[in-house]
Amino acid sequence: MTTGNAAGREPLLDVRNLSVAFHDGDRWNEVLKEVSFAVEPGEVVGIVGESGCGKSLTALSILGLLPKHGARLTGEILFEGRDLTKLSERAMRDVRGRRISMVFQEPMSALDPVFPVGTQIVETVRRHFKIGKREAEERAIESLDAVGIPSPRQVVKMYPSSLSGGMRQRVLIAIALVCEPRLLIADEPTTALDVTIQAQIMDLLLELGQRTGTAILFITHNLGLVAESCRRMLTMYAGQVVEDGAVRDILARPFHPYTAGLLGSIPQAARRKTVLTSIPGRVPSPAEMPAGCRFAPRCTYVEPPCREPQLLVESNDARHVRCRRFGELALAGAAS
Amino acid sequence: MSDAAPPGPILTVDHLDVTFTGRRRNIKVKAVVDVSFSIKPGETFGVIGESGSGKSTLGRAVVCLLKPSGGQILHSGVDPFGLSRTELRQHRRAFQIVFQDPNAALDPRMTILESVCEPLDVAGIGTAAERRRKALAILDRVALSEELVDRYPHEISGGQKQRANIARALVLDPRLIVCDEVVAALDVSIQADMLNLFADLQREFGLTYLFISHDLRVVAHISDRVAVMYAGKLAELAPADQLMDAPLHPYTQALLSAEPEPRVPEAGTSKRIILKGEIPSPLAPPPGCRFHTRCPIARPECASREPEWREISPDRFVACHYAGEPLPTRVGASHSAAQR
Repeated sequence: MTTGNAAGREPLLDVRNLSVAFHDGDRWNEVLKEVSFAVEPGEVVGIVGESGCGKSLTALSILGLLPKHGARLTGEILFEGRDLTKLSERAMRDVRGRRISMVFQEPMSALDPVFPVGTQIVETVRRHFKIGKREAEERAIESLDAVGIPSPRQVVKMYPSSLSGGMRQRVLIAIALVCEPRLLIADEPTTALDVTIQAQIMDLLLELGQRTGTAILFITHNLGLVAESCRRMLTMYAGQVVEDGAVRDILARPFHPYTAGLLGSIPQAARRKTVLTSIPGRVPSPAEMPAGCRFAPRCTYVEPPCREPQLLVESNDARHVRCRRFGELALAGAAS
Repeated sequence: MSDAAPPGPILTVDHLDVTFTGRRRNIKVKAVVDVSFSIKPGETFGVIGESGSGKSTLGRAVVCLLKPSGGQILHSGVDPFGLSRTELRQHRRAFQIVFQDPNAALDPRMTILESVCEPLDVAGIGTAAERRRKALAILDRVALSEELVDRYPHEISGGQKQRANIARALVLDPRLIVCDEVVAALDVSIQADMLNLFADLQREFGLTYLFISHDLRVVAHISDRVAVMYAGKLAELAPADQLMDAPLHPYTQALLSAEPEPRVPEAGTSKRIILKGEIPSPLAPPPGCRFHTRCPIARPECASREPEWREISPDRFVACHYAGEPLPTRVGASHSAAQR
């Protein structure tokens, strides 16, 4: 099953100029604007940004889970060579859970409280593979075992309410990975968990991803987790990708003032009791997006030409940045 | 606000137990067990712990929202539980608490200004006009602009609501504020603003904080000293810099390792301590050392003998038989990914 890595340079997922607008009264608010990025087979890519920057919306768009009415999607989402935006709902159902799956932040709301967890895994397996009930149950038990759940034979019969938050998240990961998808979208998978449990779950996700060659699109607000687990990252701000590159390069020297601002906001051991460099203001709501650079109203380095829309330009080392001043700014990175 | 700071500690917690009794008398949850520490005026004392560690119960007991079942709490030497109801009312103005959920403490049918005036109205301080002036001054101080004060909670952002909650606590001129996960629900840039605000307010009003959080970096950033709680008990207490640089308790070490810093990744440095198992239920805490079920260096005696709370060097306390021993680390899956 793990031949994905041999596919060469062809990206597994290639999102091109993805824009999403929501209908609001008599106008359309563009909440995602020209989002482009790619994920190679087996790669772990992080998407960072604050609430309202479009991270989760990007994930939902890829999975075709936008509301049928009142949402307008343009651009291409190429996955394994097919444009997902062109697929019928029926064809999309074969992709979801089988080729692409997702782990959500809130494990309780993603599991059905009235069915035992085993039933929920079996349901996923039998949706995608023509196998008998008995065999599917065995797969369910195996999958729980693979995510480190003790005594999986008992746990398959248990209801989500009798499991801890960490265990529920393990069950969700089991459901997501039971069909061995090529891409796993993990949307804040550890945010609702305690830190020691977070460490367990991250370790599990990365290890399973590596073992099955599954690429992971890891959505988080936690730059520490990205530093530790991803090779490449994107920073999103107000519905746009503002920076894209290798984690190592971006953390050493961010090009976009927003990425630098996020880094400065995080308390770090070396800078105890100092004033944190917060970012003034907040993420604009979809109805009040600035016409030019969307970060300009909060940016310390703003100049009159920044009032023009900014393009995502390529720098050296395959990095991209949406800031006309990136070459002249020397922004502070993370401690090394 | 208050003139010369009193010589003694502003808060003394002495062998504190808080036990919840179930509807059936035989069910007892010992949420806080034998916790002792004291806080100096003007200090920021951090408490860190995961779910079920008892940190919020501790915070509530400190401001007399819960009654201790054992031990004692002293506010500047006074036992607040020995006061009459009227005395306690007057007394607790000086000891305030701000909670995690910015919505929970704001009445959705009151404007922000009304909510901030309310504690003054209840306390019956000054005339209505004076109370309004005072509330407006405090709201201005926490950077809630004038056009926001007549809005309702649903019309402002989470960060702004949390500023209103701080204003509500500040308006009674408190001396100590318990901050229970006050920045947990906020985005990092807003969180940074709030942490800066807390530091400014402390300087300006001479406040003392008991700062409770699950986020070790937030606590270490703002605190002078930090206590680590696990399953109802204190595991370690140390000045913040020493705790971060040289944690002694294996649990503290695991916490530090579990929340990675946004550092530039280097091959070979991504070592971490991953604890096995789950946080124990306070209904049935493990015997002996409460951490032994997850501890990477646990030995047989840890399961039977409870470690003492001892002062290992001046100002450094720890409850572990083998404090300071190095822990086995494992190289995370991420490490090999970075090297590929």
